[in-house]
Amino acid sequence: MAEESQLQGSLGFPDPGPARFASASEVRERLAAIGYLADEGTAGVVYLADRLAKPVLVEGPAGTGKTELAKAVAWATSSRLIRLQCYEGLDESKALYEWNYKKQLLRIQAQRVVEDDGHGALVHETRDRDLAGDEGRDEAALVGAAGQGTSSAMRWHDIEDDIFSEEFLLARPLLEAIRASEPVVLLVDEVDRVELETEALLLEILSEYQVSIPELGTVRAQRVPLVFLTSNNTRELSEALKRRCLYLHLDYPTLEREREIIKTRVPAITGELADQVARIVRSLRALELKKYPSVSETLDWARTLVVLGIESVDAEQAKATLHVLLKYRSDLERAAKELCAEGSPTSSGSASV
Amino acid sequence: MLDVLTGFVNELRQAGLPISPTESLDAAEALHHVRLEDREALKYALGATLVKSSAHWRAFETAFEVYFSIRGPQLGMKAAEADGLEGEQPAGDESASGGGAGGGGEALSEEALAEMLYRALLSGNDAQVAALARQAVSRFAGMEAGRPVGGTYYLYRTLRNLELDRLLERLVVAVRSEAPEGHLTALEERLARDELASRLDRLRKEIEDEIRRRLVTDRGAEALARSLRKPLPEDIDFMHATHDELAALRRAIHPLSRKLAVRLARKRRHGHKGPLDFRSTMRHSLSTGGVPVDPKFRYPRPGKPEIFVMADDSGSVAAFARFTLHLVYAISSQFSKVRSFVFVDGIDEVTRFFETADDVEEAVYRISTEANVVWVDGHSDYGHALSVFWERWGEEVTSRTSVLLLGDARNNYHAAQAWVLSEIRRRARHLYWLNPEPRSYWGSGDSIIGEYAPYCDGVFECRNLRQLEQFVGQLAS
Repeated sequence: MAEESQLQGSLGFPDPGPARFASASEVRERLAAIGYLADEGTAGVVYLADRLAKPVLVEGPAGTGKTELAKAVAWATSSRLIRLQCYEGLDESKALYEWNYKKQLLRIQAQRVVEDDGHGALVHETRDRDLAGDEGRDEAALVGAAGQGTSSAMRWHDIEDDIFSEEFLLARPLLEAIRASEPVVLLVDEVDRVELETEALLLEILSEYQVSIPELGTVRAQRVPLVFLTSNNTRELSEALKRRCLYLHLDYPTLEREREIIKTRVPAITGELADQVARIVRSLRALELKKYPSVSETLDWARTLVVLGIESVDAEQAKATLHVLLKYRSDLERAAKELCAEGSPTSSGSASV
Repeated sequence: MLDVLTGFVNELRQAGLPISPTESLDAAEALHHVRLEDREALKYALGATLVKSSAHWRAFETAFEVYFSIRGPQLGMKAAEADGLEGEQPAGDESASGGGAGGGGEALSEEALAEMLYRALLSGNDAQVAALARQAVSRFAGMEAGRPVGGTYYLYRTLRNLELDRLLERLVVAVRSEAPEGHLTALEERLARDELASRLDRLRKEIEDEIRRRLVTDRGAEALARSLRKPLPEDIDFMHATHDELAALRRAIHPLSRKLAVRLARKRRHGHKGPLDFRSTMRHSLSTGGVPVDPKFRYPRPGKPEIFVMADDSGSVAAFARFTLHLVYAISSQFSKVRSFVFVDGIDEVTRFFETADDVEEAVYRISTEANVVWVDGHSDYGHALSVFWERWGEEVTSRTSVLLLGDARNNYHAAQAWVLSEIRRRARHLYWLNPEPRSYWGSGDSIIGEYAPYCDGVFECRNLRQLEQFVGQLAS
């Protein structure tokens, strides 16, 4: 093993650092301890992500616990969760870093005030230079114009070094995750919302765990963070991004797991009701609906039933509360028709209420 | 292990999965971190590193089952069983069958097997179901070593003998009679039925697995993987899709159309920047002390095309027509107007179905039941359909209209009436023809695509979702 890790280092693979988890089953236990019931595959991929120092791309239908997974892992490893919510139009200055322009301006103006006390002559030139931003020409003009040429050029370099230092850098989530000295989990949420070109921003971080800032140099991660990217699959992500990630498809849970999830998240529920809820939801997912009930909606429904004091759902009660699960009128109608009327020899469904 | 892995990766590539060398390196690396005896762990390690799209998962699973089943835990038993075939008796079953079966020492009789299966399913005993599935394969599949038959054939034979539909009914009746008050409410019955159906699904899967395991021992992994290889959903041929494949296509078209719509909407918004928006630039410069650091531009709003779809709805190409209509309507927000017509030998406008129906599925269903497309005999007659179209709707084709013709141009030797197309071409902005037949068949037999082609702006081969998506995307942008 020792040889291998050395080899990885030399090939430019990032060193994963000390293991966060001893095994896949430990991942599972620790996530379960904080109320996230992962299946074997999920736990396995999280474990691999830690060992291989690779980001995880989590895809799947909405509401199956993609974001929750990242939160749970952060919680289980007592790391800080840094979240980058993606949206259309997200750019470098919102994702990586941005120079604090206003503060830089202030800094230069403060300089001017200081200079004002000393030699007032420079004031105007300094101001022109700030505004025009074309360094070379201004510098030359300055050197030529002012009597004390060399010293002002010196001062310019000082200022430049000064205003492009870390003090004036606004770290956005990605840079923040790289710079953090404590353990972090980075969550890049709904990465499919950014444009294809913007994805490229992520590539350096995801494969090298570093950020290059032209004025400052390269910032490397002290410790490779665990990275989760979630996607609702509204578009195909680029090959380059996918290649750098481990892929995890989170689908709707099996009946047994969903029942356990309900019991864990809604402690007040009885075993029987949890079983019924899970089974009804499974039947609903087997129908052809526009939008299938998600796990979070299942939990909402279970909570609703508990609040209403229902111990065993019958057709009428189900029909009355189905709108928690289904969000389209046509879906509601179809579900009511399928679940509460089909195949019954008598109309006992409504009679027994 | 490395050999198996490269063979496996190779097989996945053959099946059409894009796997880069980096990814196979990752897979090899991942194998260091899992226990190889643990089949599930192995599967997820390989899956996470090699498969990057959920649509490809099924292909991966099939290949995985083939390549890694010989290394499964029950290898020894499997091999022995394959030789002795019907010799095995699942442990503990004797008591369950209650001696009702005729042949105790020999193979179980068919009735006894069915009976045991029935009880195992009723009680939900998975282990026993699995054992019985093996038994059923030995009994019914009639597998012979070296016989060059696909696995599906054996599957079909086994399932036919088990009569799963009748089994399900029997199980439902049994559950119903066990209910406390002698009957179930509709909801309870539905849930029970779904539960039983899922157990039957598991049984079917057990049987499939068993057949595959035996085939692997017989033929070797590579040969078998080749015979099991199925096209990915986006590569399924419209014209020759089986029932299951059509279902897969229907499932695939939803996310596809959504993706297409999102992509086109974004493209429209971010396509190219217009001239400088002076007002907005000045407004934003206030926060930077009056310096216009961040210039703002106006976005152009290009006009949306209007689209007429004419689809051949006769048997051979109906599936293609429906998928295309589905896709076009899913992105109808990208067009200023969509009108659709279907024809066989008559032609009818079906726009109204799409306007009134809740979803595209329903509209497509109504087209097949309500549209009035048969004129004489229900055999495609492009010439007549086209001339009727020209008569009734020709006036409404304008210079903003793109006309889309869908069909194989197999005209049953009727008159072509190609002049209609030249008229349409003169009025319309674009005229495209999508043909679901492979290019090499064009012009053979009664296909007269050659007579129509000169009047079209483009004739495209459109055999699968991949080609269709590509075309529709171009059309809208």
